Amino acid sequence: MALKIIVCAKQVPDTNEVKIDPVKNTLIRDGVPSILNHDDANALEEALRIKDLYKDTHITVLTMGPPQAKDMLIECLAMGADEAILASDRALGGSDTWATSNALAAAIRKIGEFDIIFAGRQAIDGDTAQVGPQIAEKLDIPQVTYVTEFEIVDKDIIVKRALEDGYEKIKIGMPCMLTAIKELNEPRYMHIGGIYEATKKEIPVWGAAALGVDLTEVGLESSPTNVFRSFSPAAKGKGIMLEGDCDKDVAKALLIRLKEKHAI
Amino acid sequence: MNFQLTKEQEFVRKMVRKFAVNEVEPIAADIDKEHRFPTENVEKMGRYGLLGVPFPKEYGGAGGDNMAYAITVEELSRVCASTGVICSAHTSLCGWPLFAYGTEEQKKKYLIPIAKGEKLGAFGLTEPNAGTDAGGQQTRAIDRGDHWELNGAKVFITNGGFADTFIVVAMTDKSKGTRGGISAFIIEKEFPGFSVGKTEDKMGICASSTTELIFQNCIVPKENLLGQVGEGFKIAMATLDGGRIGIASQALGIAQGAFDVTVEYMKARKQFGKSIAAFQGLQFEIADMKTRIEAARLLIYQAADRKDKHLKYGPYSAMAKLYAAETAMYVTTKAVQLHGGYGYTKDYPVERMMRDAKITEIYEGTSEVQKIVIAADVFGR
Repeated sequence: MALKIIVCAKQVPDTNEVKIDPVKNTLIRDGVPSILNHDDANALEEALRIKDLYKDTHITVLTMGPPQAKDMLIECLAMGADEAILASDRALGGSDTWATSNALAAAIRKIGEFDIIFAGRQAIDGDTAQVGPQIAEKLDIPQVTYVTEFEIVDKDIIVKRALEDGYEKIKIGMPCMLTAIKELNEPRYMHIGGIYEATKKEIPVWGAAALGVDLTEVGLESSPTNVFRSFSPAAKGKGIMLEGDCDKDVAKALLIRLKEKHAI
Repeated sequence: MNFQLTKEQEFVRKMVRKFAVNEVEPIAADIDKEHRFPTENVEKMGRYGLLGVPFPKEYGGAGGDNMAYAITVEELSRVCASTGVICSAHTSLCGWPLFAYGTEEQKKKYLIPIAKGEKLGAFGLTEPNAGTDAGGQQTRAIDRGDHWELNGAKVFITNGGFADTFIVVAMTDKSKGTRGGISAFIIEKEFPGFSVGKTEDKMGICASSTTELIFQNCIVPKENLLGQVGEGFKIAMATLDGGRIGIASQALGIAQGAFDVTVEYMKARKQFGKSIAAFQGLQFEIADMKTRIEAARLLIYQAADRKDKHLKYGPYSAMAKLYAAETAMYVTTKAVQLHGGYGYTKDYPVERMMRDAKITEIYEGTSEVQKIVIAADVFGR
């Protein structure tokens, strides 16, 4: 089976390394290393596992971002992707999810035929989880989000989709869009030899003109999202799970704790 | 002069750092305590190309350079010196002589699986009575017409208990002496008459395997002679010249690892109402440690860079190894001191790091041997 897979990835600041400015109470982004977004690494890993099974599989990693996002694409190539494309243009800067998905959908149309698009569920910087689903809508293809298990059966895909309190098992045809969550797999590392091959590969940079997008559909000015207010959510204490042999024991334990806290 | 790493070298550091932190560091204390060879991580290192960094792709390697290899050993050793030396002995002491002196057939048969990490390599030079005096070889190789027959024993062989392929030197003609009388051979662990002897119970690098090799009428095919008859000592000395870059990198990694955990400890540890990092006397210790680490790093990178550029590097790798090993001992001793009583316990990694550091002043040429090499270059011997 010679599948064509597109993986949508994003370079994000490593939030583990982000420090808060104690005076201004804002994020200090200077000197913060950029990384491949975690869920996107899971998306790429699943594509690579398909390639491990079906050697003729071709994986293209697509991202939109500033020129330095090339480093993240090199990482994806060193992990085993076949090619990488960077959508980058000042005209694309400041795009919200709607504008971003316009640009990425245009890039995917330009790439041409594909069987599966994998994306991460969401990026750790914006946490919107919107770009993947929006791309699917704009390309008019079916989508399944929060994928935790993946299997190809004949010409269909069977996935497990995580819900808050269970899961759905869904059969979906190709082409389709799937968004990955961390439970899907454990991403591999770069291969040392892959690093040397990756840095030799040319990574095409597609600007707005190359993408053929209307400038009213991309960029900051065209983005319908306005940030109303930013604030830090109030810190919440860690929850405690009470366990017991029967409901009565648990209720009793709960009562004791509530009394200890003078809540009742 | 350019002190910047290439993009590839930066990526190698990033990859190996991540691998070391995720896979190696979590088990480092346990494998040290249990004296357990980390087979599972060695297999993973092979899969990700860490066991063939400086070899060309056509021989199964990653297509990298000696600088990237030095960085690999440094980053592994930063969290586990045992894992660092497994990589170093395999790559420098088995892979490299195969690459430099092997025939095309030998490279295809032996180097490719070594560089891919499918097979593990080791090197047998040291004998009970031939340590620093490596020329005093008592292992004999006799030409039996259609094969070589080896008899003797090697000691202190890194990876000995787990290696598949060994580069071993033996006396082929005592009358010709060290230069001309010693030859090198490629030994497979399955060869009849070959066995692994006693495993050493060591002070440090406890998760690495250090064993005897025993040859009892060991039958070695003719085509497994490495290089020419009589070239063995030259091959061994050239191999050690390169190996010293690996051990120097191991020493650097140990020092860097001890330094990093000490800095974090000093920020967290409070005495007299403030973090001990705030005391200037201790800050001065940190400044001395950091300065020596950076000096060692520059010496190592210089030696690796010269090797990559095919410039004379023997004395430079000797200086790098001498200084980096002394730095590892200096830094880890200070690291234990700065941790106070906690540093002397196995609850903190600096205790292990200090034990691990000592060997870097001893193996692949003691510090005294490095001085002989360096001085010989100065006085032109």
